[in-house]
Amino acid sequence: MQKRRAEILLTLPSLAWLVAFVLVPLLIVFFIAFKPSLPQGGIGEGWSTAAVRALANPSYPELAWRTFWISALTTVLCLVLALPVAFYMARLAHAWRARLLLLVIVPFWTNFVIRVFAWQQILHAEGMLAQCLRAIHLLGPADSLLYNAGAVVLVSVYTFLPFAILPLFAAAEKFDFGLLDAARDLGAKPLRAFVSVFLPGVRQGIVTAVFVVFIPMLGSYVIPDMVGGTDSEMLGNKIAQRNFNDRNIPQAAALSGALTLAVLIPILLRRRRCNSSDSTMKPSTR
Amino acid sequence: MPPLLRFENVTKRFGSFTAVDAVTIEIEKGEVFSLLGPSGCGKTTLLRMCAGFETPDAGRILLEGRDITGLPPDERPVNTVFQSYALFPHLSIRDNIAFGLRIAKRPKNEIRNQVDRMLDLVDLTPHADKKPAQVSGGQKQRVAIARALVNKPRVLLLDEPLAALDLKLRQRLLVELDAIHDEVGITFIYVTHDQGEAMSISDRIAVMHCGKVEQIGRPAEIYEAPRTSFVAAFIGDTNFLDATVGMPLEGEFSRACVDGLGEIVIDRDKPVHPGDLVHLSLRPEKILVSREQPSAGPLDNAVQGIVEDVIYFGARTRYWVRCGEWRLCAEIQHRKFLLDEQPPVWGDKVWIRWHANDGYLLEQYHSEDETLLTLPDED
Repeated sequence: MQKRRAEILLTLPSLAWLVAFVLVPLLIVFFIAFKPSLPQGGIGEGWSTAAVRALANPSYPELAWRTFWISALTTVLCLVLALPVAFYMARLAHAWRARLLLLVIVPFWTNFVIRVFAWQQILHAEGMLAQCLRAIHLLGPADSLLYNAGAVVLVSVYTFLPFAILPLFAAAEKFDFGLLDAARDLGAKPLRAFVSVFLPGVRQGIVTAVFVVFIPMLGSYVIPDMVGGTDSEMLGNKIAQRNFNDRNIPQAAALSGALTLAVLIPILLRRRRCNSSDSTMKPSTR
Repeated sequence: MPPLLRFENVTKRFGSFTAVDAVTIEIEKGEVFSLLGPSGCGKTTLLRMCAGFETPDAGRILLEGRDITGLPPDERPVNTVFQSYALFPHLSIRDNIAFGLRIAKRPKNEIRNQVDRMLDLVDLTPHADKKPAQVSGGQKQRVAIARALVNKPRVLLLDEPLAALDLKLRQRLLVELDAIHDEVGITFIYVTHDQGEAMSISDRIAVMHCGKVEQIGRPAEIYEAPRTSFVAAFIGDTNFLDATVGMPLEGEFSRACVDGLGEIVIDRDKPVHPGDLVHLSLRPEKILVSREQPSAGPLDNAVQGIVEDVIYFGARTRYWVRCGEWRLCAEIQHRKFLLDEQPPVWGDKVWIRWHANDGYLLEQYHSEDETLLTLPDED
């Protein structure tokens, strides 16, 4: 009983934090979604389902689909790049691991928006990269490196790569590399050993990496705004547009709420399935 | 007929450290061959070179006459049982065993039959669907053996396979391993630092020390006729005596003088001449301890001494006897127990006796090997 009380007391601060800064704002967002909007901006009195009904806007499914595939592509590319990095980093001597880890984290020391500005310069139509590519005819005279979905994916991968590397590295560090020897010994080629032994071994790291890349990507706003074009507008941009340009806060809230639910519901369902399969497994685990 | 496996002048260096130094070993088909030695002697490196995880800096490895030195591990018809088992934690016992066959793309029903047969061989059929984390250490060990054997390797490499288990389990698995070997008839190379394991399972043993092979032979040969002081001290326990060869006696015997102990008789099993300095290895169990002066024949050595230490092991008792300047270890097996028996105790004056045949002259002697002379750890 005493132990239980201590547990509750210790959990309380973080719980309070979550309630104050996550749950309450979220509820406010849901709440605003059911308010009428005033023509001059701001929120009106009473209740209205207008904003929620506006979610039926015919342009939204395409927007959602685009948001999804840009996010998914970015996630996949991040994983493809981060897995070998994590693999080799985990095999390095400790001193080198620490140094490389530092290099992975170094970009965080520069403001995110400034780094995206830097990409704007790199990809600029008159920039060195574009001129070089044009010179060797890899880029047509009318083509642009900037303001398209490619630029959004590129800069997103750049931004989120460290977030993918870190959990994968943490998982790879715990991986028993002797298992790869065992797989090779049993006849597996290096790639086969990587796929059928290493990947399952860092499964938890992969799941985490997918979460920390894919979910923030769904709400991505700055990158498509700064390096994207009309073909790469994402849900985040639409929410910002509803909020700042249209001054329709309930509609922005409705879109945000819908996005939040779209992310939360699958996670909660998965959680429940895991829990129930855990409990059925318990009796056999001794 | 060429040997099944031949290490030919194999050398492996790690930086400036020579782990394996020009080792040549031939292993015959069907035998259990042990690589025995203390940690760091190069036995595991030799095994890893055989499996393909390390490449020799010099020399060749021939399997059935074919040079496999440069082949990657997945192309060698050998399989390894790793010390840490290295079972795939995400696969069930059954899938672990099937791993090699699946890689080899064998037909499904063949895989099923083979795996079932292996599960039966190592007695794990009831646990087939469990994950490795759900079975005991001894069971994991058996999975590792089955996972390797199912591929029908030409040679099965076992890297300290029992080191992580407790004594009773180790003894039981050793018997099982022996039975498995008899059943499958595959050549085993068994790496261990435990001389007891090596002695009980091996047809032949290579004793390794500092990257070199000190001696290769059958267990009894290694024990009774150690070539070097290292082998004599590492396998079992022994006493080393420095002696100067004296006048020859009839047959192959000679007188010899041990400083601080006196005149003894030795078996001249090496060509030695009067005046030569020799080193004699004398196993504790060959020495008899008694209170009364024993009746000694012309080829018996009897020396008087004082008991300095007594250790009772149940089945036997170990005495440390001070004889002149020497402290000799003797071990008496208890054949029957008599209540009125008065075994020698600490401080008693006793006689020790051994036959000239019981000592063994060493070809090579390094005084630092005497540091290996310790009490056996009773685990």
